[in-house]
Order: sequence, then C-alpha cells, then structure tokens
Amino acid sequence: MTLQRRILILVTAVVLLAAVGVIAVVRAGSRADEKDQARPGGPQVTQGTVSLAPGDGGRRMVFRNMAWGPHRDELASVPAGAPDGPRTASGVKCLRFHAAAGTGICLRSDKGGVQESYRAVVLDAGLREVTSRPLAGIPTRARVSPGGHLVAWTVFVGGDSYAGTNFSTRTSLLDLRTGKYDASLEDFTVLMDGKAYRNADVNFWGVTFAADEKTFYATLATGGRTHLVRGDLGERTVTVLRENLECPSLSPDGTRLVFKKRVPGLPEDAPWRLYVLDLASMKETPLAEERSVDDQVVWTDDRTVVYSLPGDFGADLYSVPADGSGAPARVTASALAPAFLG
Amino acid sequence: MYVADSRGTPAPAVAPETQAVAPGTSPGRRAALAPTVLALGTVSLITDVSSEMVTAVLPLYLVAGLGLTPLGFGLLDGVYNGVSALVRLTGGHLGDRLGRHKALAGIGYGLSALCKPLLLLAHTLPAIGAVLALDRTGKGLRTAPRDALISLAAAPEDRGRAFGVHRAMDTAGALVGPLLAFLILRGAADGYDAVFTVSACVAALGVLVLMLFVPGRRTEPAPDAAPVSLRASLGLLRRRDLRRTALCALLLGLCTVSDAFVFLLLQKATGIADRWFALLPLGTAAAFFLLAMPLGRLADRAGRRRVFLGGHLALLLAYALLLTGAQHPALPYAVLLLHGAFYAATDGVLMAEAAGAVPEEHRGGGLALVQTGQALARFAASLGFGAAWTVWGARPALAVAAVLLAVAVAGCARLRPDGT
Repeated sequence: MTLQRRILILVTAVVLLAAVGVIAVVRAGSRADEKDQARPGGPQVTQGTVSLAPGDGGRRMVFRNMAWGPHRDELASVPAGAPDGPRTASGVKCLRFHAAAGTGICLRSDKGGVQESYRAVVLDAGLREVTSRPLAGIPTRARVSPGGHLVAWTVFVGGDSYAGTNFSTRTSLLDLRTGKYDASLEDFTVLMDGKAYRNADVNFWGVTFAADEKTFYATLATGGRTHLVRGDLGERTVTVLRENLECPSLSPDGTRLVFKKRVPGLPEDAPWRLYVLDLASMKETPLAEERSVDDQVVWTDDRTVVYSLPGDFGADLYSVPADGSGAPARVTASALAPAFLG
Repeated sequence: MYVADSRGTPAPAVAPETQAVAPGTSPGRRAALAPTVLALGTVSLITDVSSEMVTAVLPLYLVAGLGLTPLGFGLLDGVYNGVSALVRLTGGHLGDRLGRHKALAGIGYGLSALCKPLLLLAHTLPAIGAVLALDRTGKGLRTAPRDALISLAAAPEDRGRAFGVHRAMDTAGALVGPLLAFLILRGAADGYDAVFTVSACVAALGVLVLMLFVPGRRTEPAPDAAPVSLRASLGLLRRRDLRRTALCALLLGLCTVSDAFVFLLLQKATGIADRWFALLPLGTAAAFFLLAMPLGRLADRAGRRRVFLGGHLALLLAYALLLTGAQHPALPYAVLLLHGAFYAATDGVLMAEAAGAVPEEHRGGGLALVQTGQALARFAASLGFGAAWTVWGARPALAVAAVLLAVAVAGCARLRPDGT
C-alpha cells in the first residue's frame, strides 16, 4: 500500500471517529440539558425554604432530590406523612447528605480546575455553611450523630493510575464541640480479640453514631473481610465485634443495628441483603427486602428503615419493617440520602 | 535524505553478545529514529490517552453514576497480576514462534479497544470487572511483541533512545487522557457514556495507526535455525548476559516500593493536603515524560547498565529524602522528580539492555521473561512492604527497603558482564 493511500485511510478514519466522538459528547451534553427539564409525571418540585431545625415545619424527610428539572441534586424536603408528594427544593446541592438535631453534613462536588474536587460541608439549621474540609476522593457515606455534635463521612480514594483498579476508603470524623478533626479513622487503635491489630490494608467506612455522642459503629475491612467495629471517640479505639457486616445503622433507641451483609450463594453482582442485629443477644434476623441493597439505611423510627435502590432516574427510596416482617414499599422515586427530622 | 527505515530490511547482523554493551565511542549526531519506533510510540500515545481516560473516571462513574461501591475490585487485583504475567509471556513467545510480533500486538491493542464500547453495556460490578480483565489481557498480550518490534527496528547503538522516545510518548498519552476525560465531563455532566465512546474511538484510531504504519515484518528464520520452541524460549536463561540482566531486574524489583506506597509515604511525610493526593502520580508521570528520552540517549552513550543502576540510585535518594522527614516545601517536588527519573532511567533502558542479550528470533519471549520477572518481583515487594509497614510502621519499613535497595544496587554493580 502506498504511503498516500495509507494517509488517506487514516484521515478518513480520523474524520469518522472524530464525528462519532463529537456526536457522543454533544448528545451527552444535550441530555444534561434535558435533565434540567422536569419530566411529566415526575414529582412536583418548587423552590422554597428547607430547614434542618427540630420542630420547624413538622416531621419531614430531607434528601437529595434526583428528579429531573431545575432543582436536580438539590436538598429537598417533604412531609414525612406524604413522602411522595410535592417537594420543596433548597438550592443547596449535595451528592450525599445526612442531618440530625439541626446539623447537616453535605458532601458536594466543586467544579473548578481540571479535576473534580469535593468538599465535606457542615450546615447549620438554615443550610448555611459552618465549616468545611476538602475531600481526598469521591463521597459515599455521611452521618451526623443524634445530638448533632459529631459528623463523619467516607470517600473512595483512587486516582493512582499505576495501581489500576485498587480502591480504598478514607473515613473522617469531626467533633463540632471541640473542633477536633480526625482525617482518617485509620489513626485509631484497632482492638481485635483483645489485642491491638495493625495492617496496612485497613479500611473504614459507614459510621453510625450512638446517642451518647461518643460511641460509634463502623465497617472495618482488612484481609479481604469486613467487620463490625464499635468505636470510642474518647479512647480513640475501635473494637472488632463481628465479621461480614457493612454499613451499620443504629436504631434511635440504640438497641439494634441494621446492616448489609454478603450472603453466600447470591449472584456476585448482587451479594448484599439487609439484616438486623440485636445488640443485647447478638442475634441476626434477615429483613423482608429480597433485593441486593448497597446503601447505608436510615431509621424513620424504631420500627422502620429506609434505603435506596437504583431506579430509572437515579435512585428510589424504599422502606421495610426493621424486624424481618412485612414487605418493602416504595417511599418515593428519584431521591437519595434521606434524613428524618421532626 | 537517508532515513533509517527498517521495513523489509533485517537489522544488522551483529552478534547479540556484542550488542549488550553500548559502544563508548558514539558519534555526536545520530541517525533519525526509525519510523517504526515513532509509529509504535504514536500507537502507545493514542492507546494510553484512551485507557487513562477510562481509568480516571471509573471510580467516579461507579460511585456517582451507578451508585456502586468499587471496593470489590481490590480483591480482583491480585488475580489480574498473576494472569497478566502469564499472558505477557504467552504474547512474547507466540510473537517469536509465528514470527509475527505485529499481529500479536494488534490483537492485544484490538482487545483493549473492544473493551471500551463494552463498558457502555456493563452496568454491574462483575461485568465491569470482566471487561477490565479483558483489557488487561490485551495489555499483557501486546507489551512484549511491541517492545520486540521497537528493539528490532532501532539500530543496536540507538536502542536506549528508541525506547526512551517510546516511553515518553506513552507517558504523554497517560497525561493527556485524564485531562480529556474531565474536559468531556465538564462539557457534559454525567457524560460517562460520552467518555467511553470517545475512548473507544481513540483506541480504534490507535489500532488503525498500528495496522497502517507499523511494518509487519515477518522474521524469516535462518534455514539452519532451530524452531522457536517453548523449551528454547525457556533456555534463554542459559545465556549469561540475559541471566544477569534478569537477575538484576529481579533483585532490584524486590527492593522497589510500589507507587501507591511511595505516594502514601510522601503524604505522610509532608502532610500534603488530601485534595492534592490524586495529583501525585501525575507528578511522577510528568518527570518520566521529560526525562525518558534524554536518559535513554544517555544510556546509549554511557552504558545502559550504568543508567539502569543510576535510576535505582535516584529511587534510593527519594527514599532517603522521605526518611529525613524534612518539612521543606520543595520536598514533594524533589521526591516526585526522582521517582519519575527512576522510571525514565529504568523502564525503557532495561528493555534496551535486555534486547542486546537476546537473539532476534527470541526477542519477544526474552523481553517478556525479563519484564515478567521484574513485575512479579515488584508485586512480591509490594506485598512484603505492606507486611513490613504493618509490623514496624511506615518509616522503619522504608528504612529497611532503602538498605535492601542499596545492597541490591551494589550487588548488581558488581555483576558486570565481562569486559566492562
């Protein structure tokens, strides 16, 4: 083949491939515009005031609104009694969110520069920024303690192209009373079988706080296994309690944990089921949800939990009784990261 | 103008043993680079743009786009490493056996290109894992045949520079890829499918450049030559020069702390803010990019073995800087520069050195052997370092690694081939 012909083929291919690429980008761009248009049949969303203050506006659910339209990804509020009804959007965008006792934690992405960057922002009851910390990776879990004094969040750290597909997590804790900030739970002492345990592969995620504003539970992964740990903020220790337990969530009365667990025999792409663990008897009971849940649940009260499952337009929220009885029910579509305030 | 075009003309028949050492009396100006080397460099550049686009957005896609937790991948990584080593040896050997390095490289690049559109279809963690495994198979398959093609296209005394140019182009692609991906994501929010589609187009272009511009020279075996059997391939290690090169690569590889740990140590030592952490590998890559060609050229003149060992001294210096615990603002830059220099002085230079110790008909298999040995040694080192970090803590572990590296460099410096 002559050089001329080869160059001709190359130029033709470049033109064709460039056209395909440009079309793909333009289509993705216009689809983003489309997402700014509300869908017929979708939830009604209007701009308004969203408050995190207790007693301000009755019992309600505040969450990340994922419904298409101008208020997509904003924190929105609905009455707890009518979760599928019209939404009030706040104008504050968050990827992950949680709130309690007038304190909110919002993990958000800051567009700017070449790379995506993320921040964990502590919000007051009026959704104003109190303080913030830069994040090392992509936000995944966020929690506020019941009293509103402690916040915790987890990010995925990747970005090392030579390390390929190996991800790790970083979990940070911030005490709003003292300002004490623990950038990584990995600096805490891990106690396993009564002995200090150390390993470079230790990863933490999914913190849940107890009412004493000092104790917390979390997931510890090491050696390819996950564990439930109980942490003590004063002692700066975490104690390993149990194996095969991820993303615990403590009930408001502090007696039970709902968590996701890898169940052997389930398909690799859907390995998780929700279980409830009674902390007094350490007895596990499966919940009635039969789909694989990859989320940290929240409790609406002492009897019911709410969690997200992938939906047609982002994630949908479902609820199920926390004692293994009943059946899952859809709470609302296109919503993520709810917090129940009242 | 005479252009050193290797197409159709076999490389000068110099006995491999004499090629091992770069001639000390090199003229000031060299012939232009073989077009094959530039073509292969272009293919690597394009392919790396494509693959790094995907690597850069994959975690974001999994978490923000699909709502999955990507932790499960970590468990697969060890498996990939083992498979990748086997595939690499297979690719090198088959290229030799069939006398068709280009075809093997083409299959490897093609497999990886095929994976990009597949990502559009895979929405579950295992499916994405399978696509990534296929992508790595392609990478493993093509590496040794490609390096064999580079070494066969370049004049023996120019091999260091040829590999340097190739690695610089390769790294340039790795630097451009993430940039392109994030530009697309800025233009189109949640446009992961656009990133994958563009990545697929770029990869297809890479395969096309390979097919059109890399000559598919079929190495005709000499009439009296023994067939390229597996046994003969493994017998390569009986060659004293290759054995020494492989042994050095292995020994030094065993004392090399893996990149992820270097970046973690750097952050620990200097308290670099979390938000910059993901940019540290880019620093290493930038230094690698800038230094690959000059150091490859230096290797041709001053001796490849010397530059290879010098690269490890640069790494040793980086360890030492980390160990001083100095809080100087220049420390991260110095460490990343040394880390990049280490790659620039070792990655292509090792291939240039090894190529001289392997006869042409075994080039792919021979280079694969050295690469695989080094890769497995580094994998073992990373496991060992992780364990040492656990038992002794970060700084003592690094101190031990530094001492071992110093001993290994000294040992390899004594293991010279005769006559130098």
